[in-house]
Amino acid sequence: MAKQTIIELRDIAKHYMMGGEGFYALSGIDLDIYLNDYIAIVGSSGSGKSTLMNLLGCLDYPTAGEYKLKGTDVATLDEASLAGIRNREIGFIFQNFNLLPRATALQNVMQPLIYRGMALTERKQRAQDALAMVGLQDRMNHVPNQLSGGQRQRVAIARALVTEPAILLADEPTGNLDSATTVEIMALFDQLHRDGQTLIVVTHEQEIADRCHRVITLKDGHLISDQLNQVVGHSSPLGVSAHV
Amino acid sequence: MSSLKFKLIEGTRSAAHSIFAHGFRSFLTTLGIIIGVASVIAVVSVVQGFSVNISQQFDVMGTNVINVESYTPRKERLQGGRAKLTYDDYLDLKFKVSGISNVTPTVRMWGSNAVITYKGQSSSSMIVGTASTYQKLNAVYPERGRFFNLSDDKSRRRVAVLGLSIIPKLNIKGDPIGQHVSVSGEWFKVIGIAEKRGKLFGFDQDDFILLPFSTTRALLGGAEQPDIQVSLQVDDPLQLEQIKQQIRNLLRSNHKLSKGSDDDFEIATADQMLDTFEAIVGSTTLVLGGIVGISLLVGGIGIMNIMLVSVTERTREIGIQKALGATRFDILLQFLIEAVFLCLLGGLIGLILGFAAGSLISSLTGLPAATVPGWAVVLSFCFSAGIGLVFGIVPAAKAANLDPIDALRYE
Repeated sequence: MAKQTIIELRDIAKHYMMGGEGFYALSGIDLDIYLNDYIAIVGSSGSGKSTLMNLLGCLDYPTAGEYKLKGTDVATLDEASLAGIRNREIGFIFQNFNLLPRATALQNVMQPLIYRGMALTERKQRAQDALAMVGLQDRMNHVPNQLSGGQRQRVAIARALVTEPAILLADEPTGNLDSATTVEIMALFDQLHRDGQTLIVVTHEQEIADRCHRVITLKDGHLISDQLNQVVGHSSPLGVSAHV
Repeated sequence: MSSLKFKLIEGTRSAAHSIFAHGFRSFLTTLGIIIGVASVIAVVSVVQGFSVNISQQFDVMGTNVINVESYTPRKERLQGGRAKLTYDDYLDLKFKVSGISNVTPTVRMWGSNAVITYKGQSSSSMIVGTASTYQKLNAVYPERGRFFNLSDDKSRRRVAVLGLSIIPKLNIKGDPIGQHVSVSGEWFKVIGIAEKRGKLFGFDQDDFILLPFSTTRALLGGAEQPDIQVSLQVDDPLQLEQIKQQIRNLLRSNHKLSKGSDDDFEIATADQMLDTFEAIVGSTTLVLGGIVGISLLVGGIGIMNIMLVSVTERTREIGIQKALGATRFDILLQFLIEAVFLCLLGGLIGLILGFAAGSLISSLTGLPAATVPGWAVVLSFCFSAGIGLVFGIVPAAKAANLDPIDALRYE
């Protein structure tokens, strides 16, 4: 089965200068991410997970290498085009939810559509649909403070999905949630994956990584393993046998 | 819909949201602008109301009226000299200058005996001796009764026209017309009451008594020649300059002024007086405007300060917005619109408060009603918006240039 490639990383490096000394946060990263992948990126702190996440999310530039997102060479884009890519192709989910505190759930979900130049009525409709999808149709006019942690993360997920992004990037999405809510959120991720969404989850929790279909391990800025998970119950679209 | 227009609309929506979410803080932030604009408008409205009123008065006088009065140069004054226009000067003006009419002498009574009394009440109102033509040149018409005429003047009748304010001052009961008042010991019969003219600079313009010129001259006696002021009308406005020259030559020869010495009199037209007045109003407005401009500047710095704080406070929000796809320009525009919106709001409130204050000042001090000219409204709005732009650009640029990763990490 031909796999549609969404992201191609070739020999990616990120070099930082800090206090007059340079170091590589990432180096020699080669990675292909395919449509409907369900990936966990794991590694201890300082391994380069966050840096990779920022690069994948087009929040940052690599200092060397090539990054193609749906065939576009991202590394050469200017700031405004990069913002456009973030808006259309990337859905971010953060550990601390990162909702706009003064905006209601609905307004939060509508926010990315503003940068797309979408008219108010259509924005509203799509945001309502996205909130309904994560089961928050009754909480649309609540501000983040009036929502529980799990509900906030659902709003964040709705906001990430409303733009119909190519990939969903989740950075420790359950790090601030209790175990019951973690299960809920992960179930939602499984559901999204079944619906065809491409997901990348950065985590240090083994349970979370175990639910994903492909686990990428970083250490000291190097990619040290890229394995398919056989323990998960779902059928893998990647063709497990090819890798093992 | 163009993308910029869309961004402006969305930016305004977001600015309004943010401003009203922090209502009290926004109010304090823009207070400098409110006070600045309010003071501009208060000052301008009072000065302009006053100016409109004066201009109307000059309009009544007409532009073809010339005023001639004595003028003592400073040097002379220091030596104790005083220039004068004499009765002979007046007669010469009247009979030797061609192309003029309604030549009106005016003499004012001064000093300790310039007192009006009526049944034990006395008043030191302005006492003016003048001719019947005075009413035409100064637009003082009788509201009741009549003005004195040529024959009153010729036969030195003891008749008087009263300004409205004198009546309560002298405590005159009943119809004043036909009653007698005493001016420096002589009885005058009241024949008319002049129309109300109101107050100017708090100065009561209705506090006067008009007497026939010849009667007043007689009253003043021969002790000292009174200083006469002469007003006259030029028949053909095109001849104005030529007639002014004629008057000048005549008076110079009458006063035996040698070549090269200064005039000891002044010839002014209503237009000139109006110009002078407008120049004074203009420079007053400018000076006050400058002072107020400084206060607006301070207000603008206040706005910049709070906006900078607000950018720091919202660093994380900015990071989120960037992660969601906001460009640098989107963020710049958002903060710039917020600053301008805040300033315009302050400008609007200031405008209303300023007009209210101006009206209050006018009504309390008896000045003419405050008027806010269109240019002041437009100017204060433009100025407010300009302040927002100028002082908003630094915080907005700071916000726009935040690195999204750092901003997201900001606690």
